[in-house]
Amino acid sequence: MKQINPDVCAAYPITPATEVMQIFASYVADGLVDTELVTVESEHSAMSATIGAAAAGARSMTCTSSQGLALMWEMLYIAAGLRLPIVMPMVNRALSAPINIHCDHSDSMGARDAGWIQIFSENAQEVYDNVIQAIRIAEHPDVLLPAMVTFDGFIISHAMEPVDTQEDADVQKFIGPYKAKYSLLDVDNPITVGAIDLTDYYFEHRRSLAEPSLTCVHSIAEEVAADFAKEFGRTYKIFEEYKMDDAEIAIVVLGSTAGTAKVVIDDLRSKGMKAGMVKIRMFRPFPYKQIADALSGVKAVAVLDRSDGLAGMGGPVFGEIRSALYDNEKRPATVNYVYGLGGRDITLKHIESVYNDLQKIVKEGQPENLVSYLGVRE
Amino acid sequence: MVGLTEIRWHGRGGQGAKTAALLFGEAVLGQGKHMQAFPEYGPERMGAPVQSFNRISDKPITLHCHVTNPQVVVVLDPTLIGTVDVTHGLPDDGTIIVNTHEPAKKFREMLKLNGQKLYTVDASKISRETIGRDIPNTPMMGALVKATSLLDFKEMLADTEKKLQKKFRSKPEVIAGNLKAIKRAYDEVTEG
Repeated sequence: MKQINPDVCAAYPITPATEVMQIFASYVADGLVDTELVTVESEHSAMSATIGAAAAGARSMTCTSSQGLALMWEMLYIAAGLRLPIVMPMVNRALSAPINIHCDHSDSMGARDAGWIQIFSENAQEVYDNVIQAIRIAEHPDVLLPAMVTFDGFIISHAMEPVDTQEDADVQKFIGPYKAKYSLLDVDNPITVGAIDLTDYYFEHRRSLAEPSLTCVHSIAEEVAADFAKEFGRTYKIFEEYKMDDAEIAIVVLGSTAGTAKVVIDDLRSKGMKAGMVKIRMFRPFPYKQIADALSGVKAVAVLDRSDGLAGMGGPVFGEIRSALYDNEKRPATVNYVYGLGGRDITLKHIESVYNDLQKIVKEGQPENLVSYLGVRE
Repeated sequence: MVGLTEIRWHGRGGQGAKTAALLFGEAVLGQGKHMQAFPEYGPERMGAPVQSFNRISDKPITLHCHVTNPQVVVVLDPTLIGTVDVTHGLPDDGTIIVNTHEPAKKFREMLKLNGQKLYTVDASKISRETIGRDIPNTPMMGALVKATSLLDFKEMLADTEKKLQKKFRSKPEVIAGNLKAIKRAYDEVTEG
């Protein structure tokens, strides 16, 4: 954020996102950024202020988590509906009740229909790289959608890890200046922002909102990633395929758990098991066709959900994967594990047990349970 | 994960267990190794038992689960022993380092060690004499390096000096005191 140097930042604290705004506020106080920091009275106000600033042509950011994201829920839809390229780092934390300050994905999953681009980060390096890329993706004239970059509460947000950073000037060059197409402050071209839209035109305007997700967000994200790799040497894709080339069994996972899974996979591979992983980076828009292709050669897949949509059949990622695989001629047996709710640790043994279950499914055909809860005391 | 060392720090809120893990992590980074440093989070108040953790490796660390079987345990406050199971998960070939003025023999019995290496150092006394306060975390870093040879000591000292200069710009005596504390603990820690 310091290197992006946004025009406006609205700040309201919530564990475990507080330090992001706290440290950024010290940059503002020390004159290290030019950002206009607006301290507000709630997260709803934080997003409202960010929207107002963005509508006035400013590059605007805020940061929150969990209940804070939930409190700004109506404003999330408004930010997307108004096509404002707001980038928000969002720390994944469980939603109440019961109150829990630790990691799970229920907060961003709860907002998955708001029209925001959602990019999940595995570790601190990815958070840094994703926020920079998100600015380019969100502000692209064919996209113009808000984007949240998520990372796991406490596990990533409060852990120290090595991060390679770039020079301020190089980040500025990469993101470029922000020139809003329309601005409330452009008095020569006055506009109305947030007007009412009745039954005769609301649908057309919402239909146009779907266009970027249907046609170009992924390709633009890939272009930005290619440029990022060229400039800074680190490669990113819509989703990461880890040892998937000849994988017979695979898991689908988001966030920091992917890192732990890599250690398990390496170990299983050394024992001859053909294990692999698909780590989803861009969850919204969801890369249905690409993931269906990536999983087509696999015999059994376990989708790991760090949230429970309480939908009646597993978590949100499970639903997406089943939908993606529906049109495949060859469909792997697909099962769901809801895990890690409220910060419950997910261990190497847990992940290994999932692969053992998948092996069993490959041998015996039908899985015992379509949906299981991993790591809970039943 | 092969080539990985995990460390667990035990302390009470206010003794710098969290800072110790972070400072040590930065020292590890300074020597070109890969690291993680993180505290455990729960109700935090002065005097409550707290834990923090480090991971160190020559290879990148992608693990993000909790540390359950640390190779090394550092105990900043000996009064925790008996209340907190400080050897929980410590393997038989692990190392435990305790801040105490009492003889190691006493702790060998109390901890019911099963072959683990035990080191003791009076980090509290050292910190009182060098920094002027009973904050044992920085000297315990020196003891940790001596006991485990995880880092090059001279480089770590130089790196810590740089980091402390950033944090305590306005208090040079704090920097000098901390460096002296680390060096003394490095010299005075003994296996028992």
